Amino acid sequence: MRYFLSRLGLFALTAWAAITLNFLLPRLMPGSPADAAIARLAQNGPVDPATRAAIEAQLGVPTGGLLAQYWDYLGNVLTLDFGVSYTFFPASVASLVGSALPFTLVLVGLVTVAAFVIGTLIGVLAAWRRGSALDALPTLSGSFLAAFPYFWTALLLLFFLGYTFQLFPTSGAYSPYTTPGLNGPFLADAVAHAVLPAVTILLTSLGGWILGMRNAMIGTLGDDYVTFAEANGLRSRTVALRYAARNAILPNLTGFGLALGGVVGGSLLVERVFAYPGVGYLLFNAVTNQDFPLMQALFLMITLSVLVANFVVDTLYGILDPRTRR
Amino acid sequence: MTTPTTLPDPGGSESERPAGAADSAPPDLPTSAPPRWRVVTRAAGTVWVNRKARLGLVVLAFFALLALLAPVLAPYSPTAGGFERSAGPSSAHLFGTTAAGEDVLSQVIYGSRISLLVGVVAGVLSTLVAVVVGLSWGYVRGPVAEVVNFVVNLFLVIPGLPLMIVIAAYLQNSGLGMIIFVVVLTGWAWGARVLRSQTQSLRGRDFVTAAQFSGERSWRIVFREILPNMTSIIASSFFGAATAAILAESGLSFLGLGDTTQVSWGTMLFWAQNSNALLTGQWVLLLAPGLCIALLATSLSLVNFGVDGLSNPRLREGSGR
Repeated sequence: MRYFLSRLGLFALTAWAAITLNFLLPRLMPGSPADAAIARLAQNGPVDPATRAAIEAQLGVPTGGLLAQYWDYLGNVLTLDFGVSYTFFPASVASLVGSALPFTLVLVGLVTVAAFVIGTLIGVLAAWRRGSALDALPTLSGSFLAAFPYFWTALLLLFFLGYTFQLFPTSGAYSPYTTPGLNGPFLADAVAHAVLPAVTILLTSLGGWILGMRNAMIGTLGDDYVTFAEANGLRSRTVALRYAARNAILPNLTGFGLALGGVVGGSLLVERVFAYPGVGYLLFNAVTNQDFPLMQALFLMITLSVLVANFVVDTLYGILDPRTRR
Repeated sequence: MTTPTTLPDPGGSESERPAGAADSAPPDLPTSAPPRWRVVTRAAGTVWVNRKARLGLVVLAFFALLALLAPVLAPYSPTAGGFERSAGPSSAHLFGTTAAGEDVLSQVIYGSRISLLVGVVAGVLSTLVAVVVGLSWGYVRGPVAEVVNFVVNLFLVIPGLPLMIVIAAYLQNSGLGMIIFVVVLTGWAWGARVLRSQTQSLRGRDFVTAAQFSGERSWRIVFREILPNMTSIIASSFFGAATAAILAESGLSFLGLGDTTQVSWGTMLFWAQNSNALLTGQWVLLLAPGLCIALLATSLSLVNFGVDGLSNPRLREGSGR
């Protein structure tokens, strides 16, 4: 319990620091983003006072002291009031984020889980058959693929499978002629659109899991209890999975938690290449259009999801590995 | 992605020799120069002996030559337009031309300059910050260390790419300097943490205690007594930071956040996607810059395998197991 409480305290402190950083970032930068933003918004028609006040609270036009602005900002964050997007005027930031989030969560979330499971199993196999082709092939190709820039792998897949052989659709998350919802044609279409981004993320993230699991398991394979289990004549599969892998999986599990936290913002480049309408693509659009309220809200959300994942992993780790509790 | 190889290794720290008289010789001895030189050549030899590291060094040297001799090697100026647009490979243009009618091969050759420059400058700067923060943080105790701990952890958990992109959006189009700045800002924390744990393990050693009792000032103990023992970790965190910087630069340029008129491998891919090279079927234009980024990044990670052997003799090849 003490362990949990101290973790919770640290999490709250870190979350507060991240929220404050998000507040200070636009104010530390040269020039005034708020003036540029209001000028941009004025192109859509006259700016009403409420919107202007919201932008100023968000981006820090010096009305009132810094402390008063900070207080306003904290209130806005707590009520999830992030103002209005400039690019997609008059949509509110919250509604834009809400419509982008499911795509990222489903696509990147599922692929992250799949990559973790597949990669860890391959890693176990590679460590168990160390020195054989089953070890060399995934280890080598994994470390080579990991050095590829993500977006380049995405571009190559898009070019060869999307354009040259026309096996998969080349952009977006679904075709305009389908109606989003739980109907067969839409789901089939959405899956077809998700294949290329999913394969990209799978290819680029698999190597890390394989290498992590393999190296950790080679460590535990040398431990006495594994030798003892083998000497007892247990089946090799039992020794590999229930003795060696079970203890070796802890570091990979930490990585998995962090990867889950990174799901929200981690696939920006891939989403950009495939124009996949998730959170990363939204952030990219916000940045290229200097849509500061949207950008700030997305950045805050991405950071906070990593923090929450970190916290959950820390807590679980305390349960899984009693040595960390102290 | 490759940084976990630089994790603080308890085995490595045990086998590390405290800096002998060679490195931290009292300044009044003029003979400290030749031994130091020998340390460098011996270190280079250790790296070269490792087969993976040798391959990495060869690839790295290839790109360095490419960057240095770019004006000689490139058939045309990278920004000279006026050729046939979106042409496929031909004898005049081995890699074809871009949608703006520029020679792709020349752009690939000149692009190596940006990547190497960003890799070296950002790598050196983030390593410098990591060394200063990591070593002082590992040496001091008390509330200051706790505060630094909090700040470094904050930088470690804030997702790097989104932070880089957001800062890049505020500092609009400031070019290469801006990219280096954001890469350093988001890249120093990992090295600082690794160096800190190594410093902590050296802090209690006898030679540090001896230096403390002989009345040396803290900064001297940290940077003259402890620092030389961590040469290999610092070198390996430099290569890690340089790899990350090269990948980050290419990603930011690909998103069009740098100076898009500058010829780098990332901006080549940016223009390739934005000018529909995918539709015109110019696979060389897509393949070449990305392959160069991947090769350069891989070569740096390969060199790191040899650098690991500097601190941990058990990781050296040919020395048995």
